Amino acid sequence: MADTFLSIKNISKSFAGTTVVKDFNLEVERGEFVSFLGPSGCGKTTVLRMVAGFEEPSAGSIVVAGKDITRLKPNQRNVGMVFQAYALFPNLTVAQNVAFGLKIAGMPKAETDRRVGELLELIKLPQLGDRYPYQLSGGQQQRVALARALAPKPKLLLLDEPLSALDAKVRVALREEIRAIQKELGITTVFVTHDQEEALSISDRIAVMYNGKAEQVGAPFEIYNRPATKFVANFVGTLNVLEGVVSDAGTGRVRLNSGELTLKGKLNGSRTGDTLSLALRPEAIALGARPGNDSRLEGEIADVHFLGSVIRVRVGLGDAAISLDTFNNSSTPPPRVGDKAEISFSSGDVLVLH
Amino acid sequence: MKTGRFWAWVTFLIGAAYFFIPLIATVEFSMRMRRGTYSFDAYKVVLGDSRFQATFGYSVVVAVFTILLGVLIVVPTAYWIRLRLPRLRPAVEFITLLPLIIPAIVIVFGYIRMYGSNSPLPFLASGRGTDALLIIGYATLALPYMYRAVDTGLRTIDVRTLTEAAQILGAGWTTIIARVILPNVLIAVLSGAFLTFAIVIGEFTMASLLNRPAFGPYLQNIGANRAYEPAALAIIAFIITWGCMSIIQVLSRFAPRSSNRPQ
Repeated sequence: MADTFLSIKNISKSFAGTTVVKDFNLEVERGEFVSFLGPSGCGKTTVLRMVAGFEEPSAGSIVVAGKDITRLKPNQRNVGMVFQAYALFPNLTVAQNVAFGLKIAGMPKAETDRRVGELLELIKLPQLGDRYPYQLSGGQQQRVALARALAPKPKLLLLDEPLSALDAKVRVALREEIRAIQKELGITTVFVTHDQEEALSISDRIAVMYNGKAEQVGAPFEIYNRPATKFVANFVGTLNVLEGVVSDAGTGRVRLNSGELTLKGKLNGSRTGDTLSLALRPEAIALGARPGNDSRLEGEIADVHFLGSVIRVRVGLGDAAISLDTFNNSSTPPPRVGDKAEISFSSGDVLVLH
Repeated sequence: MKTGRFWAWVTFLIGAAYFFIPLIATVEFSMRMRRGTYSFDAYKVVLGDSRFQATFGYSVVVAVFTILLGVLIVVPTAYWIRLRLPRLRPAVEFITLLPLIIPAIVIVFGYIRMYGSNSPLPFLASGRGTDALLIIGYATLALPYMYRAVDTGLRTIDVRTLTEAAQILGAGWTTIIARVILPNVLIAVLSGAFLTFAIVIGEFTMASLLNRPAFGPYLQNIGANRAYEPAALAIIAFIITWGCMSIIQVLSRFAPRSSNRPQ
């Protein structure tokens, strides 16, 4: 990697005999925005807390800008952090909250005031310096928490599910704002979330975590389109999984309950007779034929969900079912439950899960 | 429904009578010093007595030091228990309740045996030492109230996240306690402080057995030798206690607000 800024090397963490993080490795470039994505209990917050210094790794090391910070206390790391519960000091005004870290660092008052003004401008709340946290909305409180974390010019910014407590609209607006500020300042950022849309939309790279391990680290496009494991494929986005048996490894033929597919060059060393899990994104499947789709299966419409701009259709294929998305077209009525249907897709879009 | 309300009022009136009749009787009796007419003579005598001023002044100073000692012990302890040792909470709660179970006379006899002039820690060898021992004893007596008040205050804030937020901004433990935790539990601390004040002002056993010139022994002495003055003193002590309670109520309005407790 060109300019590794944060290096997490083989870290593990156990609590009372239970290992929650196992041999976790990650290299983050300077100015990069990396998200830890995973379900509850996967260890993502524990890794973040180890980077912050709130937990000490049972093994491994954490290096920031070439300096090993593994054993440093949180107040010696020069790391900024935004918490899910905002964690603004209730007895201090917005301006005093933002100035807190600067005062501790011993910055002169005039300079502190200037820096606080600068940050309130950055979060677009310059008029709220005299308010108390209880007088602000959730979104405003989290923006103040971001300003407070950025005020002492930390080397690294850690965001621990900062949008989870906010309502949907504010969440989308604030995540875009966070990304814009991060790009403007060029600060290396680690963001923890269990919301895949959030991670996919704002990250340079995503580390998908499961059972204390990084299942896959990659750009959002790569994570979504080329999931490395069954877990990543299932966790990120909606996925149809069909079980099949390799009927001829040489030609790449796979037999399903509802038909046969040819997946040349995708079987990754599977042998004739092996059972495979094949995955397909709903948007990769078309109802009826579509140019470029070389694979076809026949079934029956089992369910139709009208979602506005998109119609999600479930097609029964023997004892399995597959969901597909089709755009809403006002001149074409949606398919009816019970109708016979042919679906098509490109064999190139089929993911073979191991 | 109406019958229920009737009995509720009857219960309330019996309770109020139980509380107010002795109080009114004491006030009335305290004002009968001058024959044939009501007057505040007993109050004038009490308030003009140099021993009242000296003992009350002594007890106020002792109370202030007791509060300081209590805050210094209880705030960091309750904070640390909440933050790092929540499993120890039942044990600490039990320990803080002990002063309610063990009579003050037992504690003070223990002190006399432990800290006599021949002991390695001869608190009782000097007046100042005995004052210090009295303050320590009072801090122990006030522990159940102070600990509960502070612990309740800590329950209203997210101790762990606020601590971590301060730590990551560079704060050390002293800064965290002084600038983050204490200001946010100040009203709770003040509640504990005023309860401590009320206990110290009226306490008799420890002050008497340690032979300190405190207000409690003075109250007892006047009560044993005078007729109207003890009633006046009882009313004065009552007003001081209720004054403290009222101040707690007033101050709680200025508590730092949070999103959990907006107004």
